[in-house]
Amino acid sequence: MASLLSIEDLTLEFPIYQGSVRALNGVTLRVEPREIVGIVGESGSGKSVTAMMVMRLLVEGSYRVRGSVTLLGRDVLRAPEAAMLELRGSQVAMIFQEPMTALNPTRRVGGQMVEVIRLHRRLSRARARAEAVALLRDMHVADPERILGNYPFELSGGMRQRVLLALAFSCQPKLLIADEPTTALDVTVQRQVLLLMREKAREKNAAILFITHDMAVVSQFCDRVYVMYAGGVVEDGPTAEVMANPRHPYTRGLLAALPDRTGSRGQLEAIRGSVPDLTRLPEGCAFAARCPLAREACRQRPPSVVTDPAGRHRAACWAVQEEVQTP
Amino acid sequence: MSTPPILTLRGLEVRFPAGADWLGRANEHVHALNGVDLDIRPGETLGVVGESGCGKTTLAMVLIGLVRPTSGTMERNGARGGSANMQIVFQDPQSSLDPRLPVWRVIAEPLHVQQRGRLSRAELKRAAGAAAAQVEIPPDCLDRYPHEFSGGQRQRIAIARALISEPDIILLDEPTSALDISVQAQILNLLNDLQRRRGLTYILISHNVSVVRHMSDRVAVMYLGQIVELGTCDEVLKTPRHPYTRLLLESVPQLGVPVGFDAVSSSTELPSNRRLPRGCFFRDRCPLAREGCERPQALLTATGPEHRVRCHVQALSQP
Repeated sequence: MASLLSIEDLTLEFPIYQGSVRALNGVTLRVEPREIVGIVGESGSGKSVTAMMVMRLLVEGSYRVRGSVTLLGRDVLRAPEAAMLELRGSQVAMIFQEPMTALNPTRRVGGQMVEVIRLHRRLSRARARAEAVALLRDMHVADPERILGNYPFELSGGMRQRVLLALAFSCQPKLLIADEPTTALDVTVQRQVLLLMREKAREKNAAILFITHDMAVVSQFCDRVYVMYAGGVVEDGPTAEVMANPRHPYTRGLLAALPDRTGSRGQLEAIRGSVPDLTRLPEGCAFAARCPLAREACRQRPPSVVTDPAGRHRAACWAVQEEVQTP
Repeated sequence: MSTPPILTLRGLEVRFPAGADWLGRANEHVHALNGVDLDIRPGETLGVVGESGCGKTTLAMVLIGLVRPTSGTMERNGARGGSANMQIVFQDPQSSLDPRLPVWRVIAEPLHVQQRGRLSRAELKRAAGAAAAQVEIPPDCLDRYPHEFSGGQRQRIAIARALISEPDIILLDEPTSALDISVQAQILNLLNDLQRRRGLTYILISHNVSVVRHMSDRVAVMYLGQIVELGTCDEVLKTPRHPYTRLLLESVPQLGVPVGFDAVSSSTELPSNRRLPRGCFFRDRCPLAREGCERPQALLTATGPEHRVRCHVQALSQP
């Protein structure tokens, strides 16, 4: 079966005065049907830009791109805008971090939901409204009629995100892209929204591309995970495997830096230094300057990808390569 | 506890006017803090956790003097006699540092104010250099402006500014929430290090339970402007007694613990702080609610010597 989404060697640059910012540096990523795939990384690692490119949401002409993005068998980078419009919202839905900015603050929730539903389906206003009520009830909203009459600012953050999830699932999408959907929410609400998102995705046979900076959330909700650093994927594999046996020094560093694993007041293993300047990426491995295992080769050539024998767990690192070759 | 507390809060309440009638008089109030009693001991780190709207930031504002409490008292006893000196590190160093000042002036400003302008420019610059060295900011960077630094370095600058007036207490209001994980680790290490070296007292306000668990000696859990549970870090975070603390800890994402397919519930809303609930504030969401919960709850002694719980059911029952 063909992948739902397949990104091959995607490189993306934003031209700036006398140079360019290289936001993506050869990203390869796949999402299979019904799968929940996480992209985890720190700010500037390129995770959000990857999501934007899947839907081709960046302003045309503001970037230079190489590689390919294939979504449901269509070539996203070369498809005409009309084809993209058809894809967006119906086959592929997206929800963002801040639910307040995704809703129009001057209009009631009901009107906005009816508008979106009628954009994709030929329904009368009354039928669309009934559909909106059903969708909200499906999202475990206790009193959908009242919510439809409210303005977005009258709702809590969790409720707004439920409204957006209801809309995202309204057209039976095959893929839901969730860009930090719970980062603005409190933990008790976050848990509810995540459980809801997963429940509905399983129910409606949708895959999720889940973008977050939170390793713990990824480990709890994703089947597979991609770890990104400075515009490239440094490691990917089944979540449990990556969390239990991280192979790339950056993934190891990220996990060691979490306070959960170190005893009270113990020295945390911080990754020294800071992320490289995306306008002047080094020749070799982007992580070399901060890496405890770095050697001369790492600074000269970009690392090749090493795959484990089962072919599911990959890491882009020279040091891991040597480990594999000399057991 | 033989040492007297460095900071004592009694019955702290804060109400903000909200809504107005046709004459512009407030007819509604936001009840941000509803009776906070707290003793802060010298040299400890007290973690304050809770979700948005629970009053943690209002508490910080009252402590630092930016908000005047509606009622209640706050008493500061400095280690060197007199009133304890307090400084604050805010969440977002992007907005807490003046973008138009070179960082040595950002760092030295509290000292300039504290000394009422008696120090010369050279003296201030020297003091800023010393403070910057403690947070590992290279001294040759001091003439740069805040935007030339990364997020982690800016937070170091904010910490240097808090250190320069030699405070007894540093209030950390979500000090790492705006930072990436790898940088967060650097800042937490630095804070622990400084505390060890200088005997500082920290009040750490955060919604991040892992950070609070890592840093704190004692933990206070806040809900709707009250402390619902207070005790040592282990007591509160390992053997929580209050049903809200339990809910909070269950919700915290944990590494490598896949979440089961338990049912999604529909009511996760915090009650409004405009009109306070009668009796126990958590009653509507509480799985243990029973007779007696319609009465207001006091912080009662639970099992441990330090452990206090604002729940009559859990305070009485043995674990």
